[in-house]
Amino acid sequence: MSEIEYKVAKTVAEAVKAMVAAKGRGYILAGGTDLLVQMKSGARTPGVIVDVKKIPEMVSVTEKNGSFTIGAAAPAAVLGENKKLRKAWPGVIEAINLIGSTQVQGRASAGGNLCNASPAADSVPALVAAGCIVNVAGPKGKRAVPVEKFCAGPGKTTLKPGEIVVSLTLPKRPKGSSDAYLRLIPRTEMDIAVVGVGVSLTMKGDTVTDARVGLGAVAPTVLLVDKAAKALIGSKLDDAALSAAADACSAACRPIDDKRGTIKYRTKIAGVLLKRSAMIARDRINGIEHRGHRPA
Amino acid sequence: MAKIHVNTTINGAPTEFLCDANQTLLDVLRDTLGLTGSKEGCGSGDCGACSVMVNGRLVCSCLVLAPEAEGVKVETIEGMAHGDKLHPLQKKFVEMAALQCGICTPGFLIASKALLEKTPNPTETEVRYWLAGNLCRCTGYDKIVSAVLDVAAEMRESAR
Repeated sequence: MSEIEYKVAKTVAEAVKAMVAAKGRGYILAGGTDLLVQMKSGARTPGVIVDVKKIPEMVSVTEKNGSFTIGAAAPAAVLGENKKLRKAWPGVIEAINLIGSTQVQGRASAGGNLCNASPAADSVPALVAAGCIVNVAGPKGKRAVPVEKFCAGPGKTTLKPGEIVVSLTLPKRPKGSSDAYLRLIPRTEMDIAVVGVGVSLTMKGDTVTDARVGLGAVAPTVLLVDKAAKALIGSKLDDAALSAAADACSAACRPIDDKRGTIKYRTKIAGVLLKRSAMIARDRINGIEHRGHRPA
Repeated sequence: MAKIHVNTTINGAPTEFLCDANQTLLDVLRDTLGLTGSKEGCGSGDCGACSVMVNGRLVCSCLVLAPEAEGVKVETIEGMAHGDKLHPLQKKFVEMAALQCGICTPGFLIASKALLEKTPNPTETEVRYWLAGNLCRCTGYDKIVSAVLDVAAEMRESAR
């Protein structure tokens, strides 16, 4: 007999109430592509599963004055089909669309990818580069958290008891802005990042006026690398600036050795991917398209 | 704990079933409803053998909880042929021997159908990436990819 209870929340308040009542044994069900696997392996043993996909603001995308807010449970495939969102944030969307297979894309969400708190989560370095704000609701009300401060370590977030992630807000883009995400995996698809780098740039002419860099899979949480961004700002993305930014990324790495990559390899690759991502972001600012291999 | 009563639509037919909160849609399709066309390979969303459509979206039914089926439309491999008339993809898989043991075939067919509905003229690369979540351990992928590309060409021809 099952001891698990399944609840459908219709509002954010209902979901929070259910999570509070579950006293630490509540789990949010968005796409379930991590949760169901963890339940089957015994890694997580929920008492209550709270399905949030009937909450409109958690599954929709809204745009207000050029700023997009993505429902935390909106499936990756739905985000990829949103042309305006893809045009404004091609790097964020390509990162989200790299998670798993076509089947996984039909369910997996950006909010879930974030809350699973893997250091190698593909969407997170791109969200960090984008300056994403995480909209959290809990028993004491709402709060907004910069995405780079959201995770506490592998599998751990800074959510307090009863709190849930409602949505992710991407700020308004100045003209001449774009972004890119690259990851390295040993094969071409369906794997977990050895290193992932997100770069967001704003340029005036051929000079970088603003930049942010997110670096994944090289530390317990995804890192915001200010020093790399500073090396890019004011430059024309010349070799010296790119090398300085790459060195800053490598210097920020605190990776582990595992079957996917050694410390030395990850540290070097972080710099390589920084350079390539920055150049893709620049191409995009100049109207040159870079696309993945799945049908758009 | 009491069973959950779910009302859903499977291959166009209104269907109801009772399930536990931790049962998957795949469990219910196979064990409760006797729709054994969808296969369980890995149970963790890696192999695609359990692929079904939920509200027009390709998903792994092993990663959907059964109670989530309330009020949705599910399409399985059992709904692909019309009586004895096979879907063009099914016909082509047989003609081109795009299967051996057959375990992965329902998943490949469902996923390929979803691709061609979205992208009637895919490149070989697009077919391969779209189907990257469907694993085959015997035929190899070439015959499957060729069959999908052939059907795409035929369906475009007949749509003219």
